[in-house]
Amino acid sequence: MKQYTNTHEWVELLEGKAYVGISAHAAEELGEVVYVDLPSVGAAVTAGEPCCELESVKAVAEVNSPASGIVDAVNEQLADSPEKAGEEGVWIFAIASPVLAEGLMSEAEYLASLE
Amino acid sequence: MKTVFEKSVKGRCGVMPAALDVERYDFDADRLRDGLVLPELSEPEVAAHYTALSKRTFGVDDGFYPLGSCTMKYNPKLNEEIAALPGFRDAHPLARADKMQGSLAVIDTLSAYLAGITGMDAVSLQPCAGAHGEFTAMLMVHAYHRSRGDEGRTKVLIPDSAHGTNPASAAMAGFEVVTLASAPDGSIDLADLRLKVGEDTAALMLTNPSTLGKFEKHVLEVADIVHEAGGLMYYDGANLNAVMGVVRPGDMGFDLVHLNLHKTFSAPHGGGGPGAGPVCCKAELAAFLPDPQVVRDKKGFRFGRSDWSVGRVSAFYGNFGVCLKALAYIVTLGGKGLRAAAETAVLNANYLREKISYFYPVGEGRCMHEFVLSMRKLRDETGVTALDVAKGLIDRGIHPPTMYFPLIVEDALMFEPTETASKETLDAAAAALKEIVDLAYTDPAALHSAPHNTPVGRPDEAGAARNPVVKG
Repeated sequence: MKQYTNTHEWVELLEGKAYVGISAHAAEELGEVVYVDLPSVGAAVTAGEPCCELESVKAVAEVNSPASGIVDAVNEQLADSPEKAGEEGVWIFAIASPVLAEGLMSEAEYLASLE
Repeated sequence: MKTVFEKSVKGRCGVMPAALDVERYDFDADRLRDGLVLPELSEPEVAAHYTALSKRTFGVDDGFYPLGSCTMKYNPKLNEEIAALPGFRDAHPLARADKMQGSLAVIDTLSAYLAGITGMDAVSLQPCAGAHGEFTAMLMVHAYHRSRGDEGRTKVLIPDSAHGTNPASAAMAGFEVVTLASAPDGSIDLADLRLKVGEDTAALMLTNPSTLGKFEKHVLEVADIVHEAGGLMYYDGANLNAVMGVVRPGDMGFDLVHLNLHKTFSAPHGGGGPGAGPVCCKAELAAFLPDPQVVRDKKGFRFGRSDWSVGRVSAFYGNFGVCLKALAYIVTLGGKGLRAAAETAVLNANYLREKISYFYPVGEGRCMHEFVLSMRKLRDETGVTALDVAKGLIDRGIHPPTMYFPLIVEDALMFEPTETASKETLDAAAAALKEIVDLAYTDPAALHSAPHNTPVGRPDEAGAARNPVVKG
């Protein structure tokens, strides 16, 4: 079950790890992603703080981590195919032993917040 | 169109070098490099190539260029004549100070004018562009705090509406960037500022009027809060054109300023430069300005140095030609003329915005020298995006406004007409935009495929960013 931040990231817990990506709304607003500055595996990330960047034809956007913890894995295919970062359900990085941010929204709540 | 490299023919040459009058010297092989491919063409071929390219471009001499935040005002040709005077043009940057007194007088005079315009005490003309000026100022902020033994000031506060160069410059100078939220009216949220300011605050970077084209009404209060915490106030001069001759950053509580001579003071820009981003500061920061400084004593002008300086930030003395053009502009307009330019820039922006308000929502209140439209309503109702509107303007002989900036406005189009646009030009621009908005409701496909009248339609921006081909 995905949960959403008000800064348009989603996070999903799978086998104890938190997988992080951006919402369809964020992807549409950004336009085609041309570069992903992936976080380093082993780096500490803090909930609500910027941890990596997406560069699109329009802008450079920071991705705020929806959870605190240690980066356990990054989606290597984004290095060669950054445009996939904007596709539905594609994760960017995963956090081990995550502590989720407060105030995360369900999908329905998130979609309502965009209205 | 073929590139100059593709047109190259082996052995063709456009110049006849003078006969060798020194003894031939062969370098050691390990000092030579190969693989440097230069195009080989005759002079007429080179002239035809660049003339053809010039016909495909659009500059301030071609027509309306309301590129928000860039201040694309007309560049008077008189500036070019002054900068081309042989005494300036042919001066050698390594000449002794006593052999280039005229050029040093230019640096000294322009510095004094810029100090007067900004309400500052000392100036360096060395930085070669706006972001270079920002970076230089951040180095000075660092040096200032360090000189006082105040080592714990590691953070720079920057509003979320700022130019992206602000956080980049602060980070390059070693600071951690803290983003300040904007209040709904686009001004700084004072409560958020009070929350984030503290003993670790090195400086606050502010563009006023802001990127949203709004004057920061609480600027004196902002300055008080930052100064009370021991931080410095830095003014990004990107939007000085709105207030030049009307209000001075020095009177708004700022300690350092960078200016863009290539924006506000009519030196040509676009296409990557050259620009000039002088830094002006209050007396207590003067010792930290880049070296060397031009100083005057009873024998004339000479170069001086400071033990506290952040050092050189460019080879020689900055982009001297750009400085000359700015000086020519300031002298031509005079104090009253500079103020009239700022007032007309604000009037023009409000006039165009008002004309647009008859057919598209422009938001509340008045603007300064530029304004931001959100194309969100048009996109929701017709599917036509800010990008489509921009491409439609190209078809109508108008350079597009800045797109998708500032980021806090959805589908932003940012217009800055500048003072050099005539009423007829502004009327024509409003009419062109109305035509596009009307077309969006009747034939959106015509805008999705625009521009139709240009040699190049829609370049593959994503492809160019991902797989750039930067050499022939």
